[in-house]
Amino acid sequence: MKTMHGFALVAVAVVLLALAPLFVSEYWTGVLLGMTGYVTLATAWALFSGPTRYVSLATVAFFGVGAYTVAVLNEVLPYPLVLLSAGGIGMVMALVVGLSTLRLAGVYFVIFTFGLAELVRQTVSWWEVNVTYTMGRYVFLPFEGRHIYWQLLALAVVTFLISWAIGRSRIGLALKAVGDDESVAAHAGVDVTRIKLLLFVISSTIITLVGAIQAPRWTYIEPSIVFNPTVSFMTLIMALLGGAMRLWGPMVGAVPLFLLFEWLSVSFPDHFSIILGLLFILIVFVMPNGVLAKIDDLRKGGRA
Amino acid sequence: MLEHVVNGLVLGGTYALVAMGLTIQYGIARIMNLGFGDTIIAACFATFVLFTTLSINPTVALLILVPAGYLISDVIYRVIMKPLVARAPDEGALEVDSILVTFGLLFVIQGVLLTLFGGGYTSYTFLNTPVNVLGSVVAANRLLAFVLSLVIGGVLVVVLFRTRWGMILRAVALAPKSAPLFGIDTDRAARTAFAIGGAMAATGGVVVSMFQTFTATAGVVFTMKALIVVILGGKGSVPGAVVAGLLLGLVETFVAAYIDPGLTLAAVYTVFLALLLVRPNGIFGKA
Repeated sequence: MKTMHGFALVAVAVVLLALAPLFVSEYWTGVLLGMTGYVTLATAWALFSGPTRYVSLATVAFFGVGAYTVAVLNEVLPYPLVLLSAGGIGMVMALVVGLSTLRLAGVYFVIFTFGLAELVRQTVSWWEVNVTYTMGRYVFLPFEGRHIYWQLLALAVVTFLISWAIGRSRIGLALKAVGDDESVAAHAGVDVTRIKLLLFVISSTIITLVGAIQAPRWTYIEPSIVFNPTVSFMTLIMALLGGAMRLWGPMVGAVPLFLLFEWLSVSFPDHFSIILGLLFILIVFVMPNGVLAKIDDLRKGGRA
Repeated sequence: MLEHVVNGLVLGGTYALVAMGLTIQYGIARIMNLGFGDTIIAACFATFVLFTTLSINPTVALLILVPAGYLISDVIYRVIMKPLVARAPDEGALEVDSILVTFGLLFVIQGVLLTLFGGGYTSYTFLNTPVNVLGSVVAANRLLAFVLSLVIGGVLVVVLFRTRWGMILRAVALAPKSAPLFGIDTDRAARTAFAIGGAMAATGGVVVSMFQTFTATAGVVFTMKALIVVILGGKGSVPGAVVAGLLLGLVETFVAAYIDPGLTLAAVYTVFLALLLVRPNGIFGKA
């Protein structure tokens, strides 16, 4: 019964959000679009990294691949096929990365993902310069902000549903066991590698799609634009602030931080990264498990 | 051919030097420092400023910047790292926390450098005279950088393996839980190790700036290469860092010379992954 109420509430919220561009200005549609993008990124990131506690710094590698696929294919294929191809490429890439790294212990994984974006960026640049002789591509798709926003909103809803379903399933339970103690989980009969791989692929495919859907916003795309490491950083900090272990956590973190970053990047464009860094350090210090856990703690503390 | 070997060893020498710093920070202080490369770049810019405004010779700059690197890292440890160490329930938690906090640190240092110096490529001309080494021509600044890396790295190895001070540090690296039973102040040892790492990063920065151009945003690549060297060599192993550093320098130089300069990073990654799949604990790592 409670779940049904929850679903109804979420459905109303989604409908309201979907109608919003018809009433608000173009600027605010843009803000909503960016926000939905980051909510999806943070939720997808937490899908894998939250329960397993494998910190992935590779978000922008997949995001950039999605955007770049659209830039390469947008004039040769119809749009739905372009999106499908982007998702497919992201999935294959996640499989390759996953198969070669997920067997490795935590810190190796962090380091590999840390450099993955740089590696992909260099490889794409090299390919464009030496094989296709183009540097930078144009994306001409007849989309306005609200069209992109609706697609992102749909993806966000799907991501939430996946996250919700996994949290309730046996896989979710197995994942929590992996996060608590990987060797214990393995001994208890959990196929650790396979579950990690599955989650990594789902999470990365969604991230690739976010990049692909947002690509038309740039019109001009270049490796240094779409592989900007700040994207990985912001996604991570948002999920952490809200709490990566909870369904609503990434969203609770993403919305205020996105608005804050939007304001900061307009008001202090030159000092943006300094403020971002300090904010990050502060969040790790004050709320290691996220806002939602902090609120829970405070509540329990109040009662005890 | 010989020319590439010499150049590869010169480059590898600096990689080994900075990786030694990182491996000491990670092996003894248990802090995975993602801001390490940005510390190197900060030292590059500091050398640049000292050289161009006060015309201080980079070798003399070492005498200023290496102690500065030590002191600043000591303060960073006291202010940022120690609370994390105190709060972490186990090693894994500290590892994750330190990664996250130093990721923030990376952006702060990079942001400061960008505000001060902008995003362009920077370099200065120092000792750019050709020298003949075994029949191939090398720039004198590269040769000096190599010699400095060897001497400083060598001194560090001697200190670590031949002095009581070094023994204390190694004891903490080997058995952090039992070291206090022998009257070792592990907190102080960790702080010292972190500070030595910072001093080595500063050394690396001064040395690299002698023969390479640098930008405010190049720190990430340095951190990655240093991390790869650390892992290839085996976490916490100083001899491993030296061997892996030289190997990486050679691989990079050869790929740049014979295949394509744009693919060095891809090559480095391939070596990294291939070795990890064969020897998951690195060349000198313990199982």
